[in-house]
Amino acid sequence: MLDFGVVLKNLGFLLVQGFLGLGAFGGGTLALAVPAIALGFLLGIFIGLARLARSPLVRLPAAAYVELFRGVPLVMVIFWMWFVIPQLLRLPIPEYGVALTAFVIFEAAYFGEIVRAGIQSVPRGQVEAAASIGLTRAQAMLWVVLPQALRNMVPSLVTQMIVLFKDTSLASIIGYVDLTKAAQIVNNREIRPFELYLFIALVYWACAYSMSRFARRFEPRPQGA
Amino acid sequence: MSYEFRWSVLWSGQSGAWLLQGLLTTLAISALAWVLAAALGILSGALRTVPWRPLRAAAAFYVEFFRNVPLLVWMFFWYFGVPPLLPAAFRGWLFDHGAEFWAGMFALGVYHGARMSEVIRSGIQSIPRTQFEAAYAMGLTTAQVYRLVIVPIALRLIVPPATNESLNLLKNSSVALTISVAELTFQTRQIETYTAKAIEALTAGTVIYLALCLLIAGVMGRVERRFAIPGLIVRGGA
Repeated sequence: MLDFGVVLKNLGFLLVQGFLGLGAFGGGTLALAVPAIALGFLLGIFIGLARLARSPLVRLPAAAYVELFRGVPLVMVIFWMWFVIPQLLRLPIPEYGVALTAFVIFEAAYFGEIVRAGIQSVPRGQVEAAASIGLTRAQAMLWVVLPQALRNMVPSLVTQMIVLFKDTSLASIIGYVDLTKAAQIVNNREIRPFELYLFIALVYWACAYSMSRFARRFEPRPQGA
Repeated sequence: MSYEFRWSVLWSGQSGAWLLQGLLTTLAISALAWVLAAALGILSGALRTVPWRPLRAAAAFYVEFFRNVPLLVWMFFWYFGVPPLLPAAFRGWLFDHGAEFWAGMFALGVYHGARMSEVIRSGIQSIPRTQFEAAYAMGLTTAQVYRLVIVPIALRLIVPPATNESLNLLKNSSVALTISVAELTFQTRQIETYTAKAIEALTAGTVIYLALCLLIAGVMGRVERRFAIPGLIVRGGA
C-alpha cells in the first residue's frame, strides 16, 4: 500500500541535491533554472529588437531563428546540443553546460517574441513625441519605449519563466541530476513511484503556482468590471 | 571539424521505415491527446463560469494543479506511479496493449487540457460585455445569445491561441520518449544509435517537426482569415 514515509526518508536528497543542487552530484533544478531564465531573457531582448530592425539583413535572420526554434520540440534541441557541441568543440561538455546552452538558445526565441510584442504595444505617439523633443532613435528606445514595454511584458514574461522552470525537468533526459532525476534515483532503490512522483509534482506545483500568483499582481485590471 | 556527413543513412536500411513509424505514432498520440485536451478544456473552462462554487473550485483545482507541474513528471506519474494501484486484470490488459502509449497519451491530454482551459476561458472573457447586452437588448433569449452571438465570436477569438496550444501539444508529444513511446524523437535517436550519424538523424527529425508545425500554422492562419468578421477582430500587425 501507499507509504509516504519514503518521501520523508529521502527528503534531504530530493530537495538539497535535486532541487537546490548542493550535493555530490552537482546538478539542481534551481542551479539550472535561474541562469537559464536570466541568459534566455538577455538573448531574447536582442532577438526581439533584431526582429524590429529596419534592415532586412538583421530582421530576417532573427525571424528565421524564432520560427525555427518555435517549430521544434525542446527535447530535440537538447539532443542537438548533446551531440553537436562536443563534436564542434572537440571536448566533452558536462550535462550542465549542454542543458544550459539548449535552454538559453531555445527559450530566447520565446522571450524574443514577448519582447517584440511588448515593444509593439507602446503607442506610436510615444516614439513621435520622443523624436519631437529631440531624442535620437536609440535614446527614445532606451528611455521612452523600453521602460513602458517592460511593464507591459511582465505577465507574459513570468508565464514564460514558469514554462522554463518546468522545462528544466527535461534536462534529466541527458542525465542532469535535477529534482526529477533525483526522484528517479530514489525510486530505483525504493520502488515507490506513486508517492515519489506525486511529491515532486507538489514541489514543482508550489514553485510554479506561487510565481503565477505573483504575476497576477501586474495584470491590468479588467475594464468595466 | 572532422565529422563526416553521410546523408544516405536516412534512406538506406530501416531508417525510412523508422521515421515514418515515428511520425505516425507522433500524429496518433497527439491527435488522441488533443481530443482529450479539447474535451477537458471545454468542460473545465465552462465549469469555471457556472454559478455554483464547488464546481468552479473543482475546475480551478484541475487547471491550476495540472498545468503547473512539468509534463515529464506527469508522464512518470501516469506510467510508473498509477498502474500498480490499478486492479490486476486491468493492469495486465494495459501492459499487453501498449501501456506506455496510453499513459503518454493520457498525460499529454490531461496536461494540455488544463492549458486549453485557460485559452478557452480567456477567449470567452475577452468578449466585451456590450456584446451580451446588445444581444439581450435585441430580444434574444439566453440560448440564442450564446448560439448566435457569443459562441461564434468566441470560436473565432480562440483560433490563434488554440492553434498555438495545439502545436505545443504536438511538440510536447516528444516528451513521451522518456517512457519509451516510439514516436518521432525516439526513432530519430534510434537511427542515431544504429548509424552513429547524429547530425543527419537529428536533421531529419527537426525538418519533419518544422514542416508539421509550419503546415498546421499555415492552414489555421488561412482558417482564421477565412472566417474573420471584418472590423470585429483586430489582428496585431495586420
